[in-house]
Amino acid sequence: MRDVQLLHTAFDPHSVNAEFSVRHKLAGGLCSFVGQVRGEGGVQALELSHYEPLTLPGMQEIASRAIERFDLSGLLMLHRVGRMCPGEPIVCVSAAAPHRRGSFEAVDYCMDHLKSAAWFWKRELRGDDWHWIEPRAQDHADLKRWK
Amino acid sequence: MGVRILFLGPLADLNGRNELTVTAPLDWTRLLDIVSPEMKAQLESDRVRIACAGKVLVHKADLQAVDGDEVAVLPPVSGG
Repeated sequence: MRDVQLLHTAFDPHSVNAEFSVRHKLAGGLCSFVGQVRGEGGVQALELSHYEPLTLPGMQEIASRAIERFDLSGLLMLHRVGRMCPGEPIVCVSAAAPHRRGSFEAVDYCMDHLKSAAWFWKRELRGDDWHWIEPRAQDHADLKRWK
Repeated sequence: MGVRILFLGPLADLNGRNELTVTAPLDWTRLLDIVSPEMKAQLESDRVRIACAGKVLVHKADLQAVDGDEVAVLPPVSGG
């Protein structure tokens, strides 16, 4: 089972993960990651933009590679776009695998690729100004771990 | 109908608006001619990619957009 979505409105990661764990109750390992808008540095809001013809197909491709590489029986990948407030969930990735290591690594793999290889652009509202977030060297280093 | 050019992320700010429609056909040389010098420098940078009709081009100079195509100018993704 694969569920890959771009969401334009807020979601509740607890309820989607509860449903995911019921659906995969026979999997040996379930692992989940939720990324939220950081509340530090005076950030009042985060806005994520995307490009419809590329972003969702790119996420689907990351999911396909993860499912094959880690022998997953299930993968949930939800990513917000639009404007969010500190504390609000941005992304949720959950993986069901026969063993724990596969589920840990699948989530890590998906997150590294969503960060550096998926078509999203972010800007933060601090004070009265919007600031675009530039790519970080760390993101590219993270991606290289999977080559 | 023409060719719609979309500027994504921070490039929309640089361009002053996020889209522009021009007459078809549109190739790489003409695209460089119709944008501002600042945008031209961005387009020529290795960091910026181009998509045409939903596909990212391996070589930007291969751009050949026809009537009805959408061209997207893609700056590096944010990471973070």
